[in-house]
Amino acid sequence: MKTYEQINERISSGKAVVLTADEIMDYVDKKGPAAAAEEVDVVTTATFGPMCSSGCFLNFGHSKPKIRMSEAWVEDVKVYTGIAAVDVYLGATELRHGDPANMYHPGEFRYGGGHVIEDLVAGRQLQLFALSYGTDCYPLREIRTYFTIADLNQAIMVNPRNCYQNYNVAINDSDRTIYTYMGTLESRRKNVSYCSAGQLSPLLNDPCYDVIGVGTRVWLAGAQGHVYAEGTQHAGGCERTADGVPKGGAGTLALTADMKQMRPPFVRGVSLRGYGVSLALGVGIPIPILNEQVLKRTCVRDRDIWAPVVDYGTDYPQNTGRVIAHVNYEQLRRGEIDLEGGKVAVASLSSYYKALEIANLLADEIRRGDFMLAAPIAPLAKDKTMKPLLVRGKS
Amino acid sequence: MSATMVTKKLMLFFPRCECEKPIIYHLVKDYNLIVNVYRAKVTPEEEGYLVLDVTGTEADIETAMAFVKTFNVTINYSGKGVTWEEQRCTHCGHCVVHCPTGALHIGHPKTREVVFNEKDCIECLACIRVCPFGACASAF
Repeated sequence: MKTYEQINERISSGKAVVLTADEIMDYVDKKGPAAAAEEVDVVTTATFGPMCSSGCFLNFGHSKPKIRMSEAWVEDVKVYTGIAAVDVYLGATELRHGDPANMYHPGEFRYGGGHVIEDLVAGRQLQLFALSYGTDCYPLREIRTYFTIADLNQAIMVNPRNCYQNYNVAINDSDRTIYTYMGTLESRRKNVSYCSAGQLSPLLNDPCYDVIGVGTRVWLAGAQGHVYAEGTQHAGGCERTADGVPKGGAGTLALTADMKQMRPPFVRGVSLRGYGVSLALGVGIPIPILNEQVLKRTCVRDRDIWAPVVDYGTDYPQNTGRVIAHVNYEQLRRGEIDLEGGKVAVASLSSYYKALEIANLLADEIRRGDFMLAAPIAPLAKDKTMKPLLVRGKS
Repeated sequence: MSATMVTKKLMLFFPRCECEKPIIYHLVKDYNLIVNVYRAKVTPEEEGYLVLDVTGTEADIETAMAFVKTFNVTINYSGKGVTWEEQRCTHCGHCVVHCPTGALHIGHPKTREVVFNEKDCIECLACIRVCPFGACASAF
């Protein structure tokens, strides 16, 4: 048994034993769980993939004379201005003004909110254009200027939903190619697409939310941030394996961090043909090895994690809830799965390569004493289920 | 003893005034080259791009290229009609199933790093359509 305080003391003194979630299984196999739980202080987990429910609050400071922005665009991407005078929220999936979207199907969606966020973090100069109705205290009616992230007072990433615990494996049962947020899916089950770091993914290494909670310090694209709430659509009360590993979406995290501290390779705009734009982010979360049970959970392997294969031709859009089959991540990573007697090629949207890089970067930061662990101030709900949106008349 | 045959991938750029000349015909007829055209395009400005393999002896290829150069045609010996920018690639692997020849593939099963083997690329452009990160691009 260890406490957060004891682990942080070992981190401060440069003595912490840190392994990645990719390394821990073999280590435990060699040492045994009891000895390993004594020796290992932290296991680092990570993921890198598109996370649509992401965005950021920006504060521009005041111009002379002042403006209370009532409509604004950054690089022609509309930002939300229904907050204070020069505060805006820039969302990852917002399209650029004039983008034809899917008018000429499939649309290309070359640039949008996610790309603006990438450009901001990369330090590129961006255009702000804003309009106002004018007030006595904020008389300016229009402004056009250029800025970089360094000019902003704050650039704070606030993501309502990141780190989906597990996710659908998308397939297309229909007879035409479809364009989805899971990528292009060829007709008649020619390919599937999955999106999870599997055995490296944060919430799959803490499946019952024993250590990750509100207040947990996280590595968000290189910045030190934290979990500020359960993520939207957090639904821990789902079907699980005997080891407690969810067999579908399940838990999510709401994350925040200072964008000025972020690193460009881990903040990337995403263009999904025929679907839209998004933002891919790198997230790393340390698991404190408080006891043997926590350690055992981090030993989850790709073969122990099952994901539902769902038809995005009909079942997903029509919300039927039908699952064709479950497959595990070891099968998916082979590049081909067997599905009801047929072979199907496998594509991924999540980068295991980047996730591994992040797990190692975070491990190094902890070993150097640069990243301390924070105990949660509130746990994540374990039994919530996801509610549908009912279409009904006024009562 | 016959000279060894070699295959080279080339990208040719034809300026406006040279687009209407049957240069490839002469490569076959006069220089004994076997040509395999991957992709060709004439732009609205009447400039032309051509990516092809040429197979022949080193000597034949050399004299053929000297002939091509007399037409102001630019020869790019790296043959890069399609490029993969490693810095932009996140190694998600989404392109891999869409690449018909395996030019883009998972290089290492442990790290799942995506690698691009240019020699196997047939310039179908599928990767450009499906890459979410704009890592693949076409020169024309």
